[in-house]
Amino acid sequence: MASTAYTARLRVWRGDASGGDFVDYEVEADPGEVVLDVIHRLQAEQTGDLAVRWNCKAGKCGSCSAEINGLPRLMCMTRMALFGEDQVVTVAPMRTFPIIRDLVTDVSYNYEKAKEIPELELVPRPPEGYRMFQQDIERLQEFHKCIECFMCQNVCHVIRDHEENKPAFAGPRFFLKYADLDMHPLSAKGSTSAVRDAGLGYCNITKCCTEVCPEDIHITDNAIIPMKERVVDKHLDPLVWLGNKITRRKDSRD
Amino acid sequence: MAEHERHDLDVLVVGAGGAGLRAAVESANAGAKTGLVCKSLLGKAHTVMAEGGMAAAMANVWPEDNWQVHFRDTMRGGKMLNNWRMAQLHAQEAPDRVYELEEWGALFDRTPDGRILQRDFGGHRYARLAHIGDRTGLELIRTLQHHTIHRAVEVFMECKVLGLLKDGDRISGALAYWREQGTFVVFAAKAVILATGGAGKIYKYTSNSWEGTGDGHALALWAGAELIDMEFFQLHPTGMIWPPSARGILVTEGVRGDGGVLRNSEGERFMFNHIPEYFKAETADSVDEADRWYDDHVNNRRPPELLPRDEVARAINAEVKAGRGSPHGGAFLDIASRRPEEYIKRRLPSMYHQFKHLADVDITKEAMEVGPTAHYIMGGVRVDADTQATVVPGLYAAGEVSGGMHGANRLGGNSLSDLIVFGRRAGESAAKYALGLPTQPTVDQTEVDRLTTEALAPFGRDQGENPYTLHQDLQAVMQDLVGIIRVEAEMREALERIEALKNRARNVRVEGHVQYNPGWGEATDLPALLAVAECVTRAAVERKESRGGHTRDDYPTTDPMWSRVNNRLTMDGDGIVVNQIPLPEMPDDLKKLFEEAF
Repeated sequence: MASTAYTARLRVWRGDASGGDFVDYEVEADPGEVVLDVIHRLQAEQTGDLAVRWNCKAGKCGSCSAEINGLPRLMCMTRMALFGEDQVVTVAPMRTFPIIRDLVTDVSYNYEKAKEIPELELVPRPPEGYRMFQQDIERLQEFHKCIECFMCQNVCHVIRDHEENKPAFAGPRFFLKYADLDMHPLSAKGSTSAVRDAGLGYCNITKCCTEVCPEDIHITDNAIIPMKERVVDKHLDPLVWLGNKITRRKDSRD
Repeated sequence: MAEHERHDLDVLVVGAGGAGLRAAVESANAGAKTGLVCKSLLGKAHTVMAEGGMAAAMANVWPEDNWQVHFRDTMRGGKMLNNWRMAQLHAQEAPDRVYELEEWGALFDRTPDGRILQRDFGGHRYARLAHIGDRTGLELIRTLQHHTIHRAVEVFMECKVLGLLKDGDRISGALAYWREQGTFVVFAAKAVILATGGAGKIYKYTSNSWEGTGDGHALALWAGAELIDMEFFQLHPTGMIWPPSARGILVTEGVRGDGGVLRNSEGERFMFNHIPEYFKAETADSVDEADRWYDDHVNNRRPPELLPRDEVARAINAEVKAGRGSPHGGAFLDIASRRPEEYIKRRLPSMYHQFKHLADVDITKEAMEVGPTAHYIMGGVRVDADTQATVVPGLYAAGEVSGGMHGANRLGGNSLSDLIVFGRRAGESAAKYALGLPTQPTVDQTEVDRLTTEALAPFGRDQGENPYTLHQDLQAVMQDLVGIIRVEAEMREALERIEALKNRARNVRVEGHVQYNPGWGEATDLPALLAVAECVTRAAVERKESRGGHTRDDYPTTDPMWSRVNNRLTMDGDGIVVNQIPLPEMPDDLKKLFEEAF
């Protein structure tokens, strides 16, 4: 440990589904460390059974999401230098998902929602292979940066403190996936019906999701709003509706 | 003993990184009842951290490229110790596997005419790596993950396998526990595919996530399979070294592929002083030629910064030892002075983000400080090249846990392609084997009882060893005594210390209860960590030469005797023994490829 070490004050939520509370700890830290380092030291030296979910400790896997001093953050990308050395650093689990133990929550809701998304289906591969242009895929590559930390889901007010909305609402992370299906240049079919059924209408674009995204994905502006427009164009425009009725044509893209 | 939850399957895949997911898809498509068990949540496996790309001779950027050139590069990078048949299948099949990912939704960066773009990497003669910026692993895993959940694959997340089960000689399943509830689960399976990845966590400074504890290597060994060439551990030359908390985190080779260079404290591009004889003919010997190469690969030779990883890691180590290291004991990796800001941010967004957040360094303006980090184990479970079958009927291995494909040193970009090529092959052959077995092999209840008793023992002790401390002690032994430069006496000492740690591990104590208890997780990881550390050390003592990811101070040169054999490790009673077996002989038509001039 470098000579800049100090004693950090941590307040960590401990408990399980039946209840729990914050517990205060004092643990050695260095300003160059991240919150996850300090949590690990706490585990190794003081409380071996402190439950925390983590994998890569490099901001790439999205496992260690928590609410640190009230803000959703990845523990592995939050440096201790962000806080004053005498400031209490409060670490709590994400609130929108049921508690398993300590900082670990049950995020299975997200895996269920993922299964509901239709599979991508491309147009048949031409003999010379698919051609796509960089400028046509760049907006989708932005969506593909998602590390599934589920912090956008955690802050989304449609489901935060509204358990009753979960069955009907996929959430911002998965609106990115629906947008992906609809905007893929070679997609054989669109996803406007599916995303409408996945609760896109519940979103009233407060952009909470965009604000917490650790990958800076413009979820609201680049995925949700365009998809809302596409749903309106496809399903609510009276002229399109009438056209579909008169010609009885089944749109190949939806 | 208590009745445990039980699932009857044809094929159980252990591990949900690239190899495991691809294997599960293939097995399910073949009609086998398939289960996939992983220690973490789906989509979090270490594959997610792969950065630079996947190597495949698609010839989209350089029409001169083909599978033969890729095969030759792979074998030379592996110092000819690779299983030639695996290297051949890999080079031949990688392009199809990449196109398949594209069809499943992966959005690779594109060439100006709309095809999959390929980037330069160390040891590859042509730009060959299909990539998505520097987040290729994320794209690979997300694509396979969403493809898998739409197939008939049952996924068991946050579930750790403790041991394999056998009925006589053949595999009959595995015993695991749910991390969330702490309860045990029996998987009765006709075939098991190990796709558990690597073992970087035996070292202190590693690019690996916590999951890289060598589970599959140890499970295979304990079940009677063979490991080969465990001494070959790749030190990736460019890991972060500052701040201490970030030490070991990977800095993609793509930085060098895209024009970055290494400098010492005197500002010198020192790699020109470290070109080994073996690669002289194909490596540029002047700055001018090296810089021209980026635009013209045909008439110029590769910059020495793009030598295979073992060479670059040794060079950085030598510069530091000579007193020309960076302030924190590494080298400077400079792309800021060589490429425009916009280019760096577009090509290397994740590196930009990583250094900005963790080190307060803007890589478009300053050089990065880097040094070697334990990255990849070339050694692993010995498998049949075509089927990925081990010597234990019903047991298969694919990806990093398997051995042979990469010889003594893996080329960058050959891992992601390895995962999908051999993941598919393992899934196909395991399914075929399982569907051909008329009845489910019997689960050995005595073994189930033994494994559960052993796993729960740490809770029954009032006093005992802290599992975290034991793991840290093991990492210190391996880092200090079996690291980048090895000598006999230090490795002998390491073996003694590992033996002492094994004794201490029998007395591990875990506090609290079984539900989501990371202390217990650490305790159950220890047996595999210790076994793999011992295998690496025993094999390293045995190989009295320097080659690839194994450098001996007391035997500094390559010995032709050792180019004809693999080290093989097996269990003998409770002990691990090493002996040598002949390397598979390459057919003459492939041998001819190495006679051609570069």
